[in-house]
Amino acid sequence: MGDPKRLLLADLHADLGARMGPFAGWDMPVQYPAGILKEHLHTRAAAGLFDVSHMGQVILRAPSGRGADAAAALERLVPADLVGLPEGRQRYGLFTDANGGILDDLMVAMRADHLFLVVNAARAEHDLAHLRAGLPGLTVTPVTDRALLAVQGPAAATAVAALVPGAAAMRFMDAAVLAWRGTDLWLTRSGYTGEDGFEISVPADAAADFARALLAQPGVAPAGLGARDSLRLEAGLPLYGHDMDTGTTPAEAGLSWAVGRARRTGGARAGGFPGAARILPEIDRGPARRRIGLRPAGRAPWREGVEVFAAEAGGDPVAVVTSGGFAPSLDAPVAMACLPVGIPEGATVWGAVRGRRLPATVVRLPFRPPSYLR
Amino acid sequence: MKYTEDHEWLRVEGDLVVVGITEHAARQLGDVVFVELPEVEAMVTKGDEVCVIESVKAASDILAPLDGEIVEVNEKLVDNPGLVNEDPTGEAWFFKMRIEDMGALDEFMDEDEYADLIA
Repeated sequence: MGDPKRLLLADLHADLGARMGPFAGWDMPVQYPAGILKEHLHTRAAAGLFDVSHMGQVILRAPSGRGADAAAALERLVPADLVGLPEGRQRYGLFTDANGGILDDLMVAMRADHLFLVVNAARAEHDLAHLRAGLPGLTVTPVTDRALLAVQGPAAATAVAALVPGAAAMRFMDAAVLAWRGTDLWLTRSGYTGEDGFEISVPADAAADFARALLAQPGVAPAGLGARDSLRLEAGLPLYGHDMDTGTTPAEAGLSWAVGRARRTGGARAGGFPGAARILPEIDRGPARRRIGLRPAGRAPWREGVEVFAAEAGGDPVAVVTSGGFAPSLDAPVAMACLPVGIPEGATVWGAVRGRRLPATVVRLPFRPPSYLR
Repeated sequence: MKYTEDHEWLRVEGDLVVVGITEHAARQLGDVVFVELPEVEAMVTKGDEVCVIESVKAASDILAPLDGEIVEVNEKLVDNPGLVNEDPTGEAWFFKMRIEDMGALDEFMDEDEYADLIA
């Protein structure tokens, strides 16, 4: 792997007293002195500032120079309705493979003359190669000279609007280019915490100043990858490589909604993406298993890898926990697993935790409702 | 106070040894959200996993530092696991054990030696 890559904002994290750790090839702030629990609760109560510059930022251009043409092309790899995506809007999508599995998840923002994509750090190299191989003729440009910041929580909108007034008018999944001190910021009103907030792409030379300006706003405190993980888990948001991968279809991952109506059976542009022959019939008739929530009884967290059983004794495991941990806002453990559909919400399942089978209740996701500004 | 390489502290209290985790260990673990304690009267062997500690981040164990019998556990930690972060070397002791030979404590590090270990 070599040495982990250094963030543009590494010096800022050092000043803030971050504890750094390797993640997806990057040296990332895992937590600050406040600790994961407080960073998590602070994000839910006020606002957390996350450096998510490890995520892959990519510009996709069609030869025509029209964003809509890039969108039409990208529909060959992503089963979202991208042709129907208006300028200034962002949509969640999946790269699927020929077997109907998921290669990565991504955000796609429509700009006038191109698409702006954000992909997972661990999949960035893969996704660039996949885009180039799958969309010959289009220009695929990784953006390596910009940081990506996420400001999340009920105080995020006021904080961002204090610096970039135009941000106040944005709604959930809007995308805009707005100036701050003469620098173009690429904003989307989105995130990965279940909170209202923004993800903001900032040029390298302005990144540290902009981050410090955000931290100076009332209620904004730094939050690390640890809190980001517990926040997304509570919000029921899947993590690539854990809750979904090439062995999981969109329907199994609970992500049928990311397959646009127009791309489904009977839609105006049905199919035409890898794995459609498996993915679309499965959405029509329902999957045999689906990602769902678990609320363990007691306080012992069920971590990733815990085997889940339908009975208190005997039998083979029916699933494995794909993400799990402690939910600070619920003051209780939560987990996700891909359970057979025959096990309904409200049922009790058992997890093998340190050699003992402990009970959990099957619950609908998310564990905590989101507070997006629709 | 004596210290183990597993970042536990041992304090003699009459004929018992009180066991907890060091401040350094508590800091490394992060916010503790779950503690599982051993059974009172359990006979344990040095190296046995006798307690489970889960932080927001990860799970870890407390190992029995010596052979002996668990005679008391700190039930307060079950209801308030965060005590491990607030007062690791005081209120947040985990268990008290009876060992055969108090002389066995000599093999462990003193405060200076432990400070060197974590430096």
